[in-house]
This record gives sequence, C-alpha cells and structure tokens, in this order.
Amino acid sequence: MTRWGMVIDLDRCTGCAACEVACKSENNIATVSPEQADGGRAMSWMKVMTEVEGEFPENTMQFFPRPCMHCDNPPCIRVCPVVATYKDEEGIVGQIYARCIGCRYCANACPYTVKYFNWYGPEWAESERRHLNPDVSVRPKGVIEKCSFCHHRLQKAREDARAEERELREEDYQPACAEICPTGAIIFGDLDDPNHRVAELKEDPRAMRLLEDLGTEPKVHYLRARQ
Amino acid sequence: MRRDEAMAKLATMPPDERVLLRPLIETSPGFYYTAAALGAVVLWGAFAYYLQLRYGLGRTGLNRPEYWGIYIICFVFFIGISHAGTLISAILRVSQAEWRRSITRSAELITVLVIGFGAIQPILDLGRPDRLLNVIFHAQMRSPLLWDVISIGLYFTSCTIYLYIPMLPDLAVIRDSGIKMPRLYGFLAAGYRDTPVQRARLERVIGFLAIAVIPIAISVHTIIGWIFAMTLRPMWHSTIFGPYFVIGAIHSGIAAILVAMVILRRAYRLEQYFKPVHFDYLGRMMLVMSLLWFYFTFAEHLTVFYGAEPAEMRTFWAKVTGKYAVPFWIMNLGCFFIPFVLMARRATRTAKGTLIAGIAVMIGMWLERYNIVVPTSVNPIWEIEAVGRYLPSWIEISIMSAAASGFILLYMVSTKFVPIVSIWEIKEGREVVAEVTRRVARYSSAHDIPTPQEDG
Repeated sequence: MTRWGMVIDLDRCTGCAACEVACKSENNIATVSPEQADGGRAMSWMKVMTEVEGEFPENTMQFFPRPCMHCDNPPCIRVCPVVATYKDEEGIVGQIYARCIGCRYCANACPYTVKYFNWYGPEWAESERRHLNPDVSVRPKGVIEKCSFCHHRLQKAREDARAEERELREEDYQPACAEICPTGAIIFGDLDDPNHRVAELKEDPRAMRLLEDLGTEPKVHYLRARQ
Repeated sequence: MRRDEAMAKLATMPPDERVLLRPLIETSPGFYYTAAALGAVVLWGAFAYYLQLRYGLGRTGLNRPEYWGIYIICFVFFIGISHAGTLISAILRVSQAEWRRSITRSAELITVLVIGFGAIQPILDLGRPDRLLNVIFHAQMRSPLLWDVISIGLYFTSCTIYLYIPMLPDLAVIRDSGIKMPRLYGFLAAGYRDTPVQRARLERVIGFLAIAVIPIAISVHTIIGWIFAMTLRPMWHSTIFGPYFVIGAIHSGIAAILVAMVILRRAYRLEQYFKPVHFDYLGRMMLVMSLLWFYFTFAEHLTVFYGAEPAEMRTFWAKVTGKYAVPFWIMNLGCFFIPFVLMARRATRTAKGTLIAGIAVMIGMWLERYNIVVPTSVNPIWEIEAVGRYLPSWIEISIMSAAASGFILLYMVSTKFVPIVSIWEIKEGREVVAEVTRRVARYSSAHDIPTPQEDG
C-alpha cells in the first residue's frame, strides 16, 4: 500500500527558504501585505521555522522546514463538521475548498499549526498573476488551506505513467519543495516502498517526528542534525 | 382611546392581574428611549457584520494561531446565560420549591431569547456563512460541532415549549379580558379554558417537561466544553471541561436572573412578587455556585501546575502571571471573591447586593471564557511556533455589543406581550398553602409533631 511521506534532513538544511518560495508559486498561495503578515495573516504552506539556542555569540540556530505532517491519525479530520478535510487511501490529507464552511476548528485541532485561513479574498501582484499555476485551484476568502504534498503533481505523474505504459517511478512524483531544495534536504516518496529512499531514511538512527508522543503518526520525518 | 378602554377593563380585574398585566398596555417614555438606544446599537452591529461579510474575516482581529476570538467567547457566554432560566426553573419545579412561583417566567424567557443570540455567534464566526447548510448536507457526526448543533437545536426547541406551555393559562386570561390584540391572544391561548381536565393535563405536561429539560440543558454546556476538550491543545484537553462549563453556565445564569429581577422589580414595581426572600434564596444558590466554580477552577489549574508539562505551563503562566494575568485575576474576583463575600452575609443578600454580585459574576464569566479561548490559542503546542497575539477589532466589539443589546431589547419587548410573572402560578401558590403545610409536616417524624389527620 502506498503511503506518501517525506524525510527532511536537518543537517542539510541551510534555511535558504527556497522550498517556501517554490511552494508559494506552485500552489498559487496568495500574497498578503506586510501589515497583514505582521498581524499573523501570512500564508506559507511550507514554512522554515527557526529555533535559536543559547545567547549570542555562543548560539546555534536550527532550521525546521515545516509542511503539513499528513498525519496517519490526523486530529484535524475528526473535528471537521462537514468532511471538508479528509485522508485519502494513500495517506495524503486533503482539503475540499468548495465545501469548507470556515469554522477553523481543524486549524485549532492541528498541533503543528499548519492550517491557513483566507482572512480576505486572495490577492497577487500583477506580475505574479500571469504565472499562476493552472493545475492548482485558487482558494476563495473564508476557507482553510494547507500543504497538499502537491497532490496535483501525483495525478499528472500517474497519467503520464499510464500513457507510457509503465509503473510510477519515485522521481515522477516530487512536491515542489523537494524538487527545488538545493541541498537535497527534502526527500519525498512512498514510505512503504523499500525501493524509495524515504523508506530507508525514516529508519535512520537520527530520524524523529514532531510531537511524536501525541500519537498523530505524522508522515513527515526529520533527521536530527549531527552536532 | 383604545388604551383608556383597556385600562378601564384592567381596573375591574383582580389585584394580581392589575399589577402584572399593566406593562402590557402601559409603556413609559423611558422604555421607548432605552429601546431606541438598544436598537441603534443593534443596527450599528448589523453594519459591522455587513463589512465583515463583504471584505472577509480579515476585518476582525483574528489571525493564526488565534483562530477563535470574541465570537466564540460570546457563544459560550450567551449559551451559558441561557442556563439561567430553564435549569433553575426546572430544578425548582421538580423539587417543589414554592418560592419559585414568581421567578420562573422571567428566568425561562431569558433562556429562550438568549439561546438565539448565542447560537448565531458561531455563524458570525464562519468564513463561509453561505455554506452553513453543509452542516446538514455533509454532516460528520464525529465532529463535536455537530453534537453541538444537535444539542442546541434540541435545547432551543424544548425550552421554547417549556416557556410556552406554562404560559397558556395567562394567555387565556389576556384573551378573555380583551385588553390587548384579541385575535393574537386567541390564537396563542390555543383554546385553553382552564377547565379542571385541562389544568390537570397542563400540570402533567409541565411536570414531564421540567424533568426532560434538565439533562438536555446539562448536555448543551457539556458539549460546548467538549468542543475545546476534544482537541489536543494545552489547557483545553481536560476531562474536567464538561462539568466545569456546566457549573460556569449555571453560575452566570443565576447572575443573569438576579440582574433581570432587580431591573424588572424597579421598572414594573413588582416588589410584592420579587421579595427579599427571593433574593436571599437565589443569593444562597449563587454562593454555592461561586464555591463550586472556584473548586473547579482551582482543581483545573493545580493539576496543570503540578503536572508541569512544558506546553501546558506556557499557557498556565501566561494566565497566572503573564500577559493574561489581568483578565485572569479579574475573573477570579468577579466569579468568586465578590459573590462569595457579598452572598455569604445575610445583610448583603438583598436586591442591591445581588445586583452587584450578579454584574460581577457576568463580567467574571465572560472573562473566564476569554481566558480559556485566548491564552491557549496564542500558545500553540509546538514551541518553536511563534507566540501569537490578539486584539479584537471594532467590528468584533460592535457585533458583541449588538448581540447583547439585541437580547435586552427582545427581552424588554417580550415583557410588553406576556406577564413577566406567572399569574396563575402565583394564584395557585396561595391556594396550595394548606397542602404545602401538610407536605412539610410530613417531612418530620410523627413523634415530634402532631400530624394533621388524613395524611396522604
């Protein structure tokens, strides 16, 4: 059974935030004004979090690229009153924008705070507008959105594989963040397929998951930085 | 001209009717001024909501991670107030407390009117109110929000019936007297003639409803507590939340009844119906509720503090000494210290004392909900996540004021259509004195007190 998942090697992450930018342009994520962003309204399905330890100059900085964890036991889907968020048979946690009533209960239930709400209707700069991705629907005001593991790319990759009459290969389906990462810190694939790199990497001694003891079974694994 | 006629008719009626039906036909200028002011606030709130609807929830102060704010606080608060009436009135009816007779109607009316204003709050909070019916078309029963939709729906229905049925004899009196809108009251009285058979049926239905509404009322606030408790958020994920919310709801409910009684007593000169004993007894109930509330609050916070989980402690300290210390301690003052000090003494269990305590409890209980919603929201469990903040916008404040004003306005207008003290129950209270004396005598052992003969 396919279980799409991600391994992020924190040792390789330089905090360049290319994944954030790639994600924004791939998924037509609306741009908010600096004032709105200051008020906690910025949207970033993939977000590079920083953790500073110690006092300057004796400090270290750790970057945590944070997409949706696509939990196997997602707290968000249980609380949705209208099934606008669900887990598909391959483990991807999706959103149905056209059904969401905007109650934000899922956003409160998510321990990783990965859900973003459209406080206003979406806006883009004129220059961006011309480059919107036709494969991804834009979200109206008043609904929740979040990382989809670039699910639309999977659909396309499947079609291509079918047309070429072959099996789906690991490299056929990669989310924008994994594709763009200059240091190869983001690795994506089928966690249950021994031929995929993520299957082996998730068993690495450095592997861990965020807030693992909550029992949410996230499918994003991190490899701790070597000291 | 019509009013003179009605006043003439009223003058011929028995004393209870003369006092209690008077507000239906006579309205002071003060009433109109107050109603106009409240109406203006409601209109202003409607305008604020129009702006929010048009431009989006961005017009509020909400953000990520502060997804819920004033609307959800008011939702919990208003539904909490609604526990005033029905629960108190049902418990007093079931326990045959005779002093209830003059306060049940005003309390039940609070319940029915405030539920509506509570129930619209989550709808005001929706990003897509146009898709509200998805809650029915795509209902997912695993969601506590759905449990809430069902329990509040059931509660509203049963409370409305529970308000209406005991009103029938009074509506029939108004119909028969012809002092106001004969056709309306003819319809509302539904053919009630106060025959012995009808009266017996009425009492049976009331007896049944009083028992049925108690579990429904308790389920409503339990489920509201569960909406928070079912998430994994620090200081929300607590098994105590169901009963804690019920206690808080009853606490604010009693406060609301007392404030309403003081105002009604003053406005409609109901001193002979809302007597010192009513304030004394309700004050004692408030004393018990303030102690229970403090017990729950203390238990909740001690458990969190002693367990000392880092994520929980961030929220805990934010409340106790941090950014939310002011609302936290005002909450304790309003919900516990002020009502405790005032209600523990007989000398301050008066109309004035209960009014002060009642207002303190209402402010305290609103802040209690604020202290549950906001500090947890701004402190997400994953500590690397930046701490959030929340400052409500004028839109939210306006809509909140409008909801409160709308409730008061509707309550005021209702007192112009139904007697705010149940006339037939007051009269019945005088008739059953002998029976009650017998009942009370029966509580004692036959050896202590000579029992009247023919003890049933």
